[in-house]
Amino acid sequence: MSDNLVLEAKSVSKFFGTITALQNVDLHLNKGEVLGVVGDNGAGKSTLMKVLSGLYKPSEGSLFFDKEKVTLNSPRDSQNLGLEMVYQDLALAGNLPIGDNIFLGREPTRKVGPFNFLDHKKRKQLTEEHLAKLKINVKSADQKVEELSGGQRQAVAIARATAFNAKIVLMDEPTAALAVKEVGKVLDLILNLKKLGVSVIVISHRMDDIFTVCDRVMALFQGTNFAESELKNTSRDEVIGWIMGKKD
Amino acid sequence: MDHGEKRLMDKNQETLFVRLIPFFERYGILLLILIMIAVLHLLQPDVFLSWRNVTNIFKQVSWQSMLALGVFMVIVTAGIDLSVGSIIMLSLMGLAIASKAGMPWYVVMLVAPAIGFLCGMFNGIGITLLRMPHPFIMTLGTLYIFRGIGNLISGGVPITGFAEQIRVIGNGKIKLDVFFGEGAREYIPTSLILMIVIFFIFWIFLNHTRIGKWIYAIGGNPGAARAAGINVDRILIVVYTLCGFLAGIGGLILAGRTNSAYPNAGLQSELDAIAAVIIGGASFFGGRGTVLGVFAGVMIMGILRNGLNLMNVSVFWQQVLIGSIIILAVYIDVLRRQLATRT
Repeated sequence: MSDNLVLEAKSVSKFFGTITALQNVDLHLNKGEVLGVVGDNGAGKSTLMKVLSGLYKPSEGSLFFDKEKVTLNSPRDSQNLGLEMVYQDLALAGNLPIGDNIFLGREPTRKVGPFNFLDHKKRKQLTEEHLAKLKINVKSADQKVEELSGGQRQAVAIARATAFNAKIVLMDEPTAALAVKEVGKVLDLILNLKKLGVSVIVISHRMDDIFTVCDRVMALFQGTNFAESELKNTSRDEVIGWIMGKKD
Repeated sequence: MDHGEKRLMDKNQETLFVRLIPFFERYGILLLILIMIAVLHLLQPDVFLSWRNVTNIFKQVSWQSMLALGVFMVIVTAGIDLSVGSIIMLSLMGLAIASKAGMPWYVVMLVAPAIGFLCGMFNGIGITLLRMPHPFIMTLGTLYIFRGIGNLISGGVPITGFAEQIRVIGNGKIKLDVFFGEGAREYIPTSLILMIVIFFIFWIFLNHTRIGKWIYAIGGNPGAARAAGINVDRILIVVYTLCGFLAGIGGLILAGRTNSAYPNAGLQSELDAIAAVIIGGASFFGGRGTVLGVFAGVMIMGILRNGLNLMNVSVFWQQVLIGSIIILAVYIDVLRRQLATRT
């Protein structure tokens, strides 16, 4: 394995009561690499992502960030290590404006005496700068998220994940709910992140997504490692076979 | 007028109407208060806007507004607190017993908010750590428990007579001799000042601090809050504790106002608080509502009761009217949403 390893999971298992969601799963990710994770519904992809981001604690196994073993107690811990997650259900609060969502949990503040107050001006300015950098078009940074289209919401979710110079971004079905035109924008965004040296893990059902942006693809089947390959050494048909549990 | 012209005019009228929606959304409720004041002034020109009656309204709503403000924060998190009426009674009884025990006034003064604080924390811990399926159940339980404890410690009988320093909070008068001349009868109730200060502090808290922002986020999407690394359980405990604390302050104000602690204190006032919050435009499903709206909701309830009393309308009719206003207020909100989302 290369020296560029930024993230590694070794023999990770996750049990929910009597259900085994993950069984001895290994995963590694290099700097600036885009890894595709495929698998059927219930194969354990989303559970694995939630373990990597610290939302779930693994029942067994260990995680390594930059080759150092870590224990994640909450998503805050993984954020501090430079890992950001874009959730399938988007994890946005519809009642709050775009800027509040991007900075939720990490709001810019200013000190007034002994108290910390929200810095509304700074948040607005940072939001507008960041949206412009990602070429995301919205009417205003103060628009409520519930007023946005599905594609705009996905853009806000990605903007949220990348607002703090993340080293690793996890994306769970980033194009699932999007119109064709918006899919291309999201994929371009992923390739941009790669150019900037960000490592990305993409979960997707869509072979077009996998074969457009990924360097490597790994398949989970019934909660276990099933197959893995550099993208150039495999084909769509083979990957689709893996998803259905077939190997030559 | 030909056909096209007419259609154009319809469209203009509609856009003007649609453009007015945000204005009504923000200030409609204040408009409603002004209308109520105008109508009551016309019906009772000598009495309603008299200094005495207006201060009376403020004194009446001051303790109720504390409950409404606390319940409002809870409702913003998509929760509910049914126990505030019992918390106010228990903190009032605790205060009375401390007073009867001969404790100095500054200790007695702290007893009510402290009891409220602990009761609220008990609710919060129960809801989060015991994983109750809904705050309704936990606070329904404590609604009985807190009032029961209040009756146990007092023997179920009223306790009267508090120190002047305690009474001043709920019943104190700030004389306005400076403006109206020596011996003038005009004054500002101390409880009104206290109410304004507390509402202002909580307005700052909810709109200009991170925890305030997180309270709204939890109401909008608790999953999003959790994913953002926010400790949702801890924030919920803070919210229920503050709600109890405010009910305790309400108990302190009520102690001053009535100079007595009595078994029926605050009975059903949790429902008045919820009504005021809903009339004030907060969403029962969480994430929506403003401190100013709560203030307006409290004032509407207070003005309505006062006006109906002045006009000798029976309490029974008052109940019917307040119930109708709750339904009407929410229905107007439903209509507004339909208008706002149509394209």
